[in-house]
Amino acid sequence: MTKRRVAAVLLLLLFGVLLAAEHVAPYSYATQFRDAPNARPSRSFPLGTDALGRDRLSRLIYGGRGSMLLAPAAALLSVGMALAISLLAGCLGRWWERGAMAMADLSLSMPWLFALLAIRALLPLNAPPVATMLVTFGLLGLLGWAAPSRVMLASVKRHLQSDFVLLARASGCPRGRLALVHLAPNLLPLALAQFLVTTPVFLLAEATLGLLGLGVPEPLPSWGGLLQELENLPSIAASPWILAPLLVLIAVVGLFHLLVSADPYSV
Amino acid sequence: MRTAGLFLLAVLSAGHLAAQWGGELHLCLYGEPRTFRPELVDDENSETVRYLTGGVLIRVNRLTQELQPELASSWKVEKNGRSITFQLRENVLFSDGTPFSADDVAYTMEVLMDPAVHSPTGDAFRSGAGPVRAVVQGKFRVSIVFPETVAGMARLFDQVAIQSRHSALKEQAVLGPFRIAEHKPGSYILLARNPNYWAMDHGRRLPYLDRVRLEIQRSREIELMRFRRGEIDLISSLNPDQFEQLVGERRTDIRDAGPTLDYEMLWFNMNPSAPIPSYRKTWFASRNFRRAISHAIRRDDLCRLVFHGHAQPGIGPFSPANRFWFNQKLKPHAFDTAAARRFLAADGFRWEGSQLRDRDGHPVEFSVITNAGNRAREREAAMIQQDLAAIGIRLNVVSLDFASLLERISKSSQYEACLLGATNVDLDPNEQMNRWLSSSADLPWNPNQKTPATPWEAEIDRLMRAQASTTDSARRKQSFDRVQEIAWDQAPILFLATKDALVGVSPALRNAAPAVLTPRLLWNVERLWIDRK
Repeated sequence: MTKRRVAAVLLLLLFGVLLAAEHVAPYSYATQFRDAPNARPSRSFPLGTDALGRDRLSRLIYGGRGSMLLAPAAALLSVGMALAISLLAGCLGRWWERGAMAMADLSLSMPWLFALLAIRALLPLNAPPVATMLVTFGLLGLLGWAAPSRVMLASVKRHLQSDFVLLARASGCPRGRLALVHLAPNLLPLALAQFLVTTPVFLLAEATLGLLGLGVPEPLPSWGGLLQELENLPSIAASPWILAPLLVLIAVVGLFHLLVSADPYSV
Repeated sequence: MRTAGLFLLAVLSAGHLAAQWGGELHLCLYGEPRTFRPELVDDENSETVRYLTGGVLIRVNRLTQELQPELASSWKVEKNGRSITFQLRENVLFSDGTPFSADDVAYTMEVLMDPAVHSPTGDAFRSGAGPVRAVVQGKFRVSIVFPETVAGMARLFDQVAIQSRHSALKEQAVLGPFRIAEHKPGSYILLARNPNYWAMDHGRRLPYLDRVRLEIQRSREIELMRFRRGEIDLISSLNPDQFEQLVGERRTDIRDAGPTLDYEMLWFNMNPSAPIPSYRKTWFASRNFRRAISHAIRRDDLCRLVFHGHAQPGIGPFSPANRFWFNQKLKPHAFDTAAARRFLAADGFRWEGSQLRDRDGHPVEFSVITNAGNRAREREAAMIQQDLAAIGIRLNVVSLDFASLLERISKSSQYEACLLGATNVDLDPNEQMNRWLSSSADLPWNPNQKTPATPWEAEIDRLMRAQASTTDSARRKQSFDRVQEIAWDQAPILFLATKDALVGVSPALRNAAPAVLTPRLLWNVERLWIDRK
């Protein structure tokens, strides 16, 4: 429990810092100090500057704000969809259940990266960077329902065999009420665990897209975009401070996993 | 040119004095060659293999950019550029021992011009309606006759690897310095010396090397790692980041060979039927708007930051590396925000605070598409974004996977501006016909025009056709100089930077003289040797 608290406090602290990016970051994420490209860490630039002279620390903070706000939001969307689908499928009967699982299998077997690329290619070109970021995480959220829904449906089926559901049915409780009043509250701890599992998955998914150059558009930073600098392995030895985004990402993903592993409902 | 010639002479003389025979050269190809049939070559990897194995009648010397005799000891362009006659070397054998004669040249031309073959090399020879004929005038004399005048005709033969009519090995019988000895798809191609190669040094047949091993390696990072370990002897194309890393390691085996023919460019979609707002089409169609954008971009900063100084501000379709065809009078559009503002004001643009608006009040904002995953290009876009913000223009950068990008620029026309790079593989402006004629499907800004949309595009059409229809070099140069001037003035394409040729060469590899033309380090492969001391 202590571990969980420490993880939660650290994550909350990080959220706080990221939310106050305008006040915490030394510079705007887009400002290019063209006379100081690839600068080493100094008092002016604590994590140095990138190739265009942009302050790495400021970009790390602003980049984290987007990722850390939108990854949980996308996870919430995924888990919410999974909860709704598993309740519907569980309560409406066998054919619905089979249909939902077939859809989940199909969704899991889909090469989501290509789907994401195809959908992103259809976006309006003049969509602001923030809107593109919202759409990217929105798509991740929409595409991520399948894995949690399988776990939740199993739980719904288990609950449907339990005494309190039998009692509710015997007393004439309609399906909708059964799902919303009796089953849903019992699924919330599991949903929370799924949320904690899914959030770091989406953080890493955005990082993958960023690495491919298909994440958040310039000039808006994201942790994935910042990781592109690590493609050049030899430069890491010469300038180890460029590892900062990777270390922060590992720390955040680790904290989420710590929350999950300390959760009694974790799967 | 004279300096380059002297340098070449010095390099080759040094080779004569101390050359060691034998050894194996190791280098990487960036992918599997699509074909080993020389007439079907259409990609860089196949082109490298063709260059190393194919014997040609005339070669463009990659260092001096002059034509030099190879299998033809002399040649003469006749009938106002409609015919070329070659006098061939005698006693030359293919790699399998089959004798070489004028009949093989005729056979090669038949293969190239066969409509069923669809040869990309042959396409360059189709000057007009009517067949291209090879007329054998003796065992070692042959004329190639064209239906119409072909400007720069002799240079076309640099790409024509002569094949044997009589050899049972067909295209595997070669006249170049090497022959394919072994091929393991996806892994390597081993080239062995052609024992019958025609060129000699002190009574011995070249090449100096016994073998060339082409490792198929897609990853540039792994290629660099192997170069560091000494597992490969050369890298023909380092990117600026890699080059700077090696500079930081104080290595002496890297060279900046100067500006190439490759450039970075930005153009606006001027297609009248493009599905973009009409007021934006009006901006893009305006010379003043395009010039304003061009003057607002800090090209020096692009070269300094994105290419670490290994690039020059872009001027036009040819860089100063193209010694003959580059228009020396032109200079890059200067960074000048005052000029940019004047151009915009002339078109009725005005500023409300820091926001630029057009005469109808629309905020000036547009998108630029570029290919995802190219770090240099993404950095260029970010810098242009900041430069344009300084004059009140908001630029949205959209990185797309390459397939989506191509679909937009070549089919749907759903884009506003595009940031890409281009490569010139030939020095002659004829190679650029498809990039400048208004009727061309490859014209970047407004392809497939039925009639030229503007007077300046009509003038470019006229000049490009004029330079293609004469063999008089001075007149051709005059016409293409004017094309470059119109392109500079109208700015349908903003030429941003010309990249330098950055190469890595093992200190043990002698006679290596990096050229800006491809293949940059292999152009004199028959004279490369490995110092084993």
